[in-house]
Amino acid sequence: MSSTVGAVPPSRAASPPPSAPLHRRRSYRLGRWDLKYSPYLYVAPFFVLFGVFGLFPVLYTVYVSLFDYELLSGTKEYAGLENYRLLMQDAQFWNAAYNTLGIFLLSTVPQLIVALMLANLLNRQMKARTLLRMGVVIPNITSVAAVGIIFALIFADRYGLINWLLGTVGFDPIAWRDNRFASWFAIAFMVDWRWTGYNALIYLGAMQAIPKDLYESASLDGASTWRQFWSITVPLIRPTILFTIIISTIGGFQIFTEPLMYGNGLVRGGVDHQFQTLAMYIYEKTFTGNAEYGYGSAMSWLLFMMIIVFALINFVLVRRSVKGDKK
Amino acid sequence: MTTTQTLPRSVTPPPVPSRRHGRGRLPGAQLWQASPLTYLALILGGVLSIFPIIWSFIIASRDNSAVYEMPPTPGDQLFTNIDRMLANEDAAFIYGLVNSAVVSTVVTISVIFFSSLAGFAFAKLRFRGSNALLLIIIMTMMVPTQLGVIPLYLMMVELGWTGTLQAVIVPFLVQGFGVFMMRQYAMSAISDELIEAARLDGCSTWRIYWNVVLPALRPAAAVLGLLTFMQTWNEFLWPFIVLTPDTPTVQYSLKILSSGLYQTDYVALFAGTALATLPLLIVFIIFGRQIIGGIMEGAVKS
Repeated sequence: MSSTVGAVPPSRAASPPPSAPLHRRRSYRLGRWDLKYSPYLYVAPFFVLFGVFGLFPVLYTVYVSLFDYELLSGTKEYAGLENYRLLMQDAQFWNAAYNTLGIFLLSTVPQLIVALMLANLLNRQMKARTLLRMGVVIPNITSVAAVGIIFALIFADRYGLINWLLGTVGFDPIAWRDNRFASWFAIAFMVDWRWTGYNALIYLGAMQAIPKDLYESASLDGASTWRQFWSITVPLIRPTILFTIIISTIGGFQIFTEPLMYGNGLVRGGVDHQFQTLAMYIYEKTFTGNAEYGYGSAMSWLLFMMIIVFALINFVLVRRSVKGDKK
Repeated sequence: MTTTQTLPRSVTPPPVPSRRHGRGRLPGAQLWQASPLTYLALILGGVLSIFPIIWSFIIASRDNSAVYEMPPTPGDQLFTNIDRMLANEDAAFIYGLVNSAVVSTVVTISVIFFSSLAGFAFAKLRFRGSNALLLIIIMTMMVPTQLGVIPLYLMMVELGWTGTLQAVIVPFLVQGFGVFMMRQYAMSAISDELIEAARLDGCSTWRIYWNVVLPALRPAAAVLGLLTFMQTWNEFLWPFIVLTPDTPTVQYSLKILSSGLYQTDYVALFAGTALATLPLLIVFIIFGRQIIGGIMEGAVKS
């Protein structure tokens, strides 16, 4: 257990230490059968249910994406790569991809950096430790739908809290929806509000596994606290940082509910689609209007590809920039 | 309660002897004592975290004419607003709450059951291919299943499940993260001798699971249950796709409220968000320590 504190990097966890041989000497047949097959029986429900409702739909998306498949007109014809070709020419698709990427960058980068700082602050001896930890993670228990509604009002154009605050210090109000960048910022702010503390706790879990004497010898050598943070803490929790980046990439690219609620529950994402994300556009194409399942599936699959590409890019970037220790 | 306290063992800092000796003498040891500035920063962070929630409760207690009034001070209309919100038949809020409670409970029990069963098998039973199977389970945690919603939806249409609760329950009955978490806990919490002893007493594998393993896994199961319950309660996209306004979950009800009441009855809408958040807030306040422990163990974002 102690070796797996924090977010467990999958690769390391994949090889379980050999468990001691213990079950022998069952003589009667039922016992033998029990020993041999019940393990498979116990893990089977996961594989069956995940296979049917998790993996199969994701793979089947590829198949559906090759069809001109619409609910209302009743068409279902093989179309090859036609959907993908149309997508490449679809300005609204590129717009949605642009928005998704922008909101992703704007939310993930500050989120993980602040989470790292926050974890570093939490990683000391202090009074009211549990209370302070609860304080930073409480946004995570609120529902995305509720968060969207609340922040839509905080960032309201005319009477919103933020514009009111800006007004009191003499700034002009900001058009939080009409301005593309401002809308991205507001949506990214929601995401960060909800996830920063959560990621901080994951980092904290990893930080607590670092032996404290490393720091003591470093400070004897005269390394500043800041220096210790960058050259001891960050490299040693690198697997956890990589893990959170991958997970944030997967989640961030699928962002749907925040921008939906921010735009009063409409999938169009603003009058000019200025904050419509890919997931929203997929929804718009698939579950409203003509219900173009094929087209939506093609888009889903492209989004899947984007997630893989960006997860890999981020992985490599962070691996390079955060130097690991010798081990 | 006493059993649940034992779980976050790796949450409380692992005993590091050198810290005891060093404190007070070495300058570096100072690092581990929180400074007033640290407290200040953390308290500020906490205020920033809690403020939007409190603020939404404040709006929920006001009259519509006072929604935009600053500074944020509570009004006295909370219960009137709740009444009016509940009376909104389109949103069917109470029905949404009940549905969410049913869905979250069933999913939670199922995830705990299947996860502990498989986790036990991976941690304590020997079988061919177990390493490969475990690797597959870990990889499933990385699959963005949301991207399969279109075929999943077509499947639900095929089964005739659209608009029914099983559509939002059955696809979530198992969870890779849960299996992995239970396996990790079972490795450390259950000794091989205990299982061997049970076998010698003539217990079948199922009996061992039910009478020995499951009770020993209770602390981890509690954490998994809390995380699963909260996650299911907050689920939005899939219920929004597959359910109909006649059978909403609470998040769906909120969505209906927000499209219907936007700019007309703000305070009722906020009464809705308050009521949808309250159950989880209560759970969080009671089990905060366990939930934090679970997240620090490496919970996975949905």
